[in-house]
Amino acid sequence: MSIKRRDFLKTGGALLAAGSLPLSLVEVAFGKDSPQNFTFAFISDSHITHIKGNEFVRNWDMGLKRAIAEANLMTPRPDFIIYGGDIAQLGTKEEIDHGLELMGALRGKVHYVMGEHDYYVDLGDYWRKQLGPDYYSFDHKGVHFVVLNSIVTYDEWTHQGWDSPMARMKAMARLDNPNGSPFMVGPTQREWLRKDLEKVDKDTPIVVLSHSPLQKIYKGWNFWTDDAEEVQALLKPFSKITVLYGHVHQIQYNQIGNISFHAVMATAWPWPYPSTYSQEASHLPKLTVEMNRADPFFERDATGWQFINMDSGNIDVHYTLADNTNRVVAFNEDKGHPEDTKYQAEANQIPPQEHY
Amino acid sequence: MLQKLPTVGALSLALLCGPLPALGETPLGLPPVPIPADNPQTPAKIELGDRLFNDVRFSADGKVSCATCHDPSKAFTDNKPVSEGFKGLKGTRNAPTVINAAYMETQFWDGREPSLEAQSLQPPINPVEGGLENHDPILKTIRNDPQYVKAFREVFQVSPDEITMDHVAKAIASFERTQIAGNSPFDRWYFGGEEDAMSEAQVRGFQVFVGQGRCVSCHQVEQTQALFTDNRFHNIGVGFKNIQGRVAEIAEKFLQAKAEGADVDKTVLTDPDASELGRFAVSEDMTDIAAFKTPTLRNIELTAPYMHDGSQETLEDMVEFYNNGGRVNPDDPVSPFLSGGIRPLDLSDQQKEDLIAFLKALTSPSVAAATKSAANNAQ
Repeated sequence: MSIKRRDFLKTGGALLAAGSLPLSLVEVAFGKDSPQNFTFAFISDSHITHIKGNEFVRNWDMGLKRAIAEANLMTPRPDFIIYGGDIAQLGTKEEIDHGLELMGALRGKVHYVMGEHDYYVDLGDYWRKQLGPDYYSFDHKGVHFVVLNSIVTYDEWTHQGWDSPMARMKAMARLDNPNGSPFMVGPTQREWLRKDLEKVDKDTPIVVLSHSPLQKIYKGWNFWTDDAEEVQALLKPFSKITVLYGHVHQIQYNQIGNISFHAVMATAWPWPYPSTYSQEASHLPKLTVEMNRADPFFERDATGWQFINMDSGNIDVHYTLADNTNRVVAFNEDKGHPEDTKYQAEANQIPPQEHY
Repeated sequence: MLQKLPTVGALSLALLCGPLPALGETPLGLPPVPIPADNPQTPAKIELGDRLFNDVRFSADGKVSCATCHDPSKAFTDNKPVSEGFKGLKGTRNAPTVINAAYMETQFWDGREPSLEAQSLQPPINPVEGGLENHDPILKTIRNDPQYVKAFREVFQVSPDEITMDHVAKAIASFERTQIAGNSPFDRWYFGGEEDAMSEAQVRGFQVFVGQGRCVSCHQVEQTQALFTDNRFHNIGVGFKNIQGRVAEIAEKFLQAKAEGADVDKTVLTDPDASELGRFAVSEDMTDIAAFKTPTLRNIELTAPYMHDGSQETLEDMVEFYNNGGRVNPDDPVSPFLSGGIRPLDLSDQQKEDLIAFLKALTSPSVAAATKSAANNAQ
């Protein structure tokens, strides 16, 4: 694995001579001393919630503030930061503005992803006005990054006769809503993606950033993308593909063909794993070693953020988990899939608490 | 205790010494004291440790002993905001009590040492505590003191040349393991079933402690014992104002120095900024910024001032600080690194008074007596 903390401490002098002090103590390798090695931070799902006037829910504000304060400690600085969506709870101007004001304390360039909580009041108008397009791509040090808005759904649902835009927002915000509708990337963006990828060399590592998983895990909570197979088919010709997604508020990782999937933490609250809702089948990837359960006394437990190393075109996700144990899920070259660097083997796992 | 000793040798040594009066009975409210297998308690070793603990010669100006800052007549603290070492030099941290330190899973506010044995080696050679360059003068003093030579021979079966700091540390730790105190009014009420051991206000205060005050989640009370600590590290907001806006800079500077070989013990006690990094200085984990160990609350009435920097003078101040969600004043800025367990409590004046009354029920009679008799003697 690419974590060389102990080694760093032992050989600190040599690294320091190069003028860098990696606070995160990681070794990234596209090749030794390659300019391609880089790290980026990933913050997601803050669900900033407006109460009234200048009042916002303290707990969710604190989660985002903490992630920002910790990310600001990274040395050397991450090349950029991804915000994974759901900066707002109900998509209002107040919530988006307040979230972005807090994000102003973050050092570095941020690329934003649209979440359903940012979208379903005005179909993303205010978000796009503040942040620009909700699907786009950019290149960084030899890696092609694609941002998708994966939380749109069928027009019939979106444009049915809602009492108000907020009624639509609240319907989409609800779990297990029998009148809900599954997320998707949709034909317009799929066509855009096909064209965008045409220009890209097949050996170029691809990183796709979406809010929903781009795989089908659990429909009732929209841990789901309805056209996941079509999107995956567009990615398949490339040799190294990673999908990073928010929305699920928990550690998940998976490998489908040559595509690696990683979920990121929420700064707001943890969701339980879908298997705990025993009325429906869950398709949580078998690879995933679940998180231990949160201690509700500590509001930040089982929330957090992560920094990500591009390592040989694959990634290592370093989960920074306040009041819990940090975890690192990294691509294992030999096995060809991501795995937890410490807890993957069953004997090393912390047994879950099964009753309360 | 004895059945925990793993080796026959250690067991027979303990048996040879006969009953161990210094270990005594476990006080109400406390578990048996954990004794490391390689440092069994003996009366002679405890007596030697007591003497070493009080020996002022183990400092650069010949005036500072362990007891200078861990004064038995002040509940093994110094009742100062931060400790004063040789030549009156001030450190950055409040002296925690030695009483019940034997139960702590780590030592120092940031847990930088794992045991009592490892802890006592640091202060004599810290530049603002004992002020010695190294441990050599301590060993020299001991080897030239006939009483010490005799005691070390008896306790450790060593000749003067064979005495090491390891022996010194073991003896001091053995002494410290005898400084345990339970039997407080709370213990008699909660574990002993004495209904009138606590006043009505104290009983109400206990309800605040386990309820709206949210104290018990870290200052733990278990079914058969209460150490009033979780042995974890939390950022409760103390000292945030001092490093606000400079955390990244301070953290980077500290790590740079540490990577170049700077000693953590010396750095955190001499550099006020680095001190505020708390557990981070040890773990280098971003989630540990300004997190400090949960101290016990036993005998808290006698160990003012409070917090790692001694910044809270009274129990009233301390309760107000928590009530404000980790802030001195309700409109002070909140640390973004604040523990998720800390939030405004909205306690009424009555609840605050009751909570303080309850905290005063955690004083052990033995500690109160030692403090009182010292105060009387001083008059």
